[in-house]
Amino acid sequence: MPADLTQSVSISRAPRRLGAILSPRIAYGLAAPSVLLLVLTVMAPIMMMILLSFTSYKFGETGIEWIGIGNYAQLFGDRTFRRALWNTFAYVLMVAPASVLLGLFLAVLIDGLSKGQRFYRLIFFLPVTATVVAMAMVWKYLLHGTIGPFNLLLQSLGLPSLDVFGGRDLALAGLAAINIWSLAGFNMVLFAAGLTAVPEDLYEAAAMDGMDSKFDRFLNVTLPLLGPVTMFVIVTSTITAFKVFDTVAVITHGGPRGATDVLLYTTYLEGFSYFRMGSAAAMTVVFLAIMMVFAWIQARVLDRKVHYR
Amino acid sequence: MTAAVQLRNISKSFGETQTLRDVSLAIRPGEFMSLVGPSGCGKSTLLRILAGLAPQSGGTISIDGTGIDHLPPSARDIAMVFQSYALYPHMTVRQNIATPLRMRRLPAPARLPGIGRLWPGQRSKHNGIDQAVIDAARLVEIEPMLDRRPAALSGGQRQRVALARAIVRHPRVFLMDEPLSNLDARLRVTMRAEIAALHRRLGATFVYVTHDQVEAMTMSDRVAVMMDGEIVQCASPAQLYGNPRDLRVARFIGSPEIATISSDELIAENGGFAPVLPRDPVTVAFRPEAVLLSPAADHLEIPATLERIEQLGPELLVFLRLGSGTRLSARAAAGRIPLSAEGQSLSAWLPARGFMLFDANGRRLDAPHIREFADAG
Repeated sequence: MPADLTQSVSISRAPRRLGAILSPRIAYGLAAPSVLLLVLTVMAPIMMMILLSFTSYKFGETGIEWIGIGNYAQLFGDRTFRRALWNTFAYVLMVAPASVLLGLFLAVLIDGLSKGQRFYRLIFFLPVTATVVAMAMVWKYLLHGTIGPFNLLLQSLGLPSLDVFGGRDLALAGLAAINIWSLAGFNMVLFAAGLTAVPEDLYEAAAMDGMDSKFDRFLNVTLPLLGPVTMFVIVTSTITAFKVFDTVAVITHGGPRGATDVLLYTTYLEGFSYFRMGSAAAMTVVFLAIMMVFAWIQARVLDRKVHYR
Repeated sequence: MTAAVQLRNISKSFGETQTLRDVSLAIRPGEFMSLVGPSGCGKSTLLRILAGLAPQSGGTISIDGTGIDHLPPSARDIAMVFQSYALYPHMTVRQNIATPLRMRRLPAPARLPGIGRLWPGQRSKHNGIDQAVIDAARLVEIEPMLDRRPAALSGGQRQRVALARAIVRHPRVFLMDEPLSNLDARLRVTMRAEIAALHRRLGATFVYVTHDQVEAMTMSDRVAVMMDGEIVQCASPAQLYGNPRDLRVARFIGSPEIATISSDELIAENGGFAPVLPRDPVTVAFRPEAVLLSPAADHLEIPATLERIEQLGPELLVFLRLGSGTRLSARAAAGRIPLSAEGQSLSAWLPARGFMLFDANGRRLDAPHIREFADAG
C-alpha cells in the first residue's frame, strides 16, 4: 500500500493553549465583567420571569402570592391561549416553508442572471430594511376590503372582492403573506451567499459526469451544498415566524374574533392590558420553551448532519 | 477503447485578448500527450475546449475522425480530472465514483438523491454500478475508503478518488488538468509513476496539462510545449531536450536552465570561437552537462567567476558568471573538483562544436553557416 494511504487525516480535538498560563484569580477577574453583564442582562430577567410565572402577581398590586403551577394549569385549560398556540403554529407552518422556498427560488433565479444581479437583490432585500409597522399600515390599506387597490383590481376584473383582514378565514393567511414577503428577501440574501460558496469546478465536474440538465445539477450539487445554509435559514425563519407580533398589533389586534390571536400578542394583552403578570410570565415561559427546542435543533442538526467538512 | 484526437486550427479569444491562436495537434490512439507551458499560455483553456466546458472561437475537434464540436461534455466520452479534484463534498467516496455511471445508466427518477434506490426495476443496474465502483477503487487502491467523505481523506487519497471517478466509465480519452499540483513534492513523484502506470494499464489516450516540465518529461510519450497561445514544438521528451526548435522551448525544458551567450560575447572571451560561429550575431546555448570545468579536447577555455554551488549528492551544480554578467551553469561529479570560495576565479571549457544556435527571433539554426566556410567561399 502506498505511503499516502496509511496516513489518515487526524483532526486534533485537544484544546490548544495560545498564551501564557494565568493564575485562576486573574482569569476569573478578567471574566467577571462579562459574566456580570450576562447575568444582569440575560440570566436574571429570565429567572425573574420564571419565578414570576409561579405567582399570582398583578401589575400595580403590592402583595404577591406563590401559587405553584396554578398559572400553567389555568393556561392549558384556557381556550384563548390554546387558540393562540394553535394560530401561532398554523402561522409558522405557512410562513417558514414559503419564505424559505421563495428565498431559495429567488436566489437561484438571480444567480442565473448575467446582468442586473445586484439590482434584483436590492429590490428583493428592500422589504427587510423597511419598518414592519409602517409596512403593515401600507399592507392594511392595500388589502382593505372596500378602498384597497387589491380589491379594486379584483372588482375591475369582475371577480368577487376579498376582505382579507375582515373575515376569519383569510386574516391569518394575510398576515402570513406579509411576513413571507419581508422574510423571503432576507432568506434570498443568505442563499445567495451560499450559492457563491459552491465552487465552479464542481459544476464542471457535474457536466463531465453527465448531469446535462440544470435540474440534475441543482438537485445533485447545488441543493446538497446549500444544506448548511438551508438548515440555518429554516431555523431562523421559524423563530422569526414564531415571534410574530407587530403586524397583529397594528392590523388585526388579534381579530376578527380571535382568528389572528397569536402567542406573543396574547401574552402582551395578558400582561399589559389585563395586568396579570403572573400568567403572562407563564405564557412567556411556554414561548421560551418552544424557542429552546428550535435552538437545540439548530445546534445539533446543523453541526452534525449538514456540514461536510 | 483508445481513440485518436485531432485538434484543427483551434482559436479562442476572450473579448480583445486572444488566448489560443490556430492550435493544431494530432494525438495518436493510446498516447500520453502532455501540454506544458508557463501559466497563462492557454494550455488549460485548450483542455477545457477539448472537454466541451468552453466553446472554441474557431477550429474543429474530432475523436477518431468524428467531429465532437456540437456535443455537450458528457456526450464526448471524455473524462476529466481537475486540479482541485472537484469531488462532491456531500457524497461518500463510493457515491462520488458512482456518479458518472448513475447519471448515464439510471432513468431520472432512480437517480434522485436518497429515494432513488426505491425506484423499481433497477436492481441489476445498481449492482452493475456497485461492482464497477469497486473495480475502479481497487485499481487506484482506495477500496478501504469507499464509505468516507472526501473531507476525511488526505490530498493524495482525494486525487485517487478523482482518478477513480474518471476511470469508472471507461472513457476513450482522459483529460488531466494539473492533477498533481496540489500535492506535496514527495507524493507528486509517487503519483507521477502511478498515473504513468495507470496509462499503460488502461491503454487509453491521455491528455495531461501541467506547468511542471519535469512531470511532462517523465510521464509522456510526446510533449507539446505551449507559449503565448501557440504550440511551439510537439515532440518526444528526448527530442525536446536535445533538439529544441525554439529558444523558448530550450529555456523551458531542462533544469538548471540552458545557458545562452551571444556569439559576440563568446568571441570576445575566446577568439577561438570566431571560426566556428556564423558571421551574423546569433545566440549560442549550452546545456549544463556541456560545460566542463577541466580541459578537454575540442573545448575552448573562457574565464568565469564562481557564484554558487548546489550539492545534489552524486553531482554538483556549479553556477558561474562571465565577465559581462552572463550566467552559465555546469554539472559536475561530486568530489572531482576542489571548489571553495564564492567569487573565486576559474575557467570553464565550452564545446567548440555541437552547440545549439538560435537566430535573433529565437528560432533554431539548423546548419550554422560557419565562418570557416564563409571565408573559404
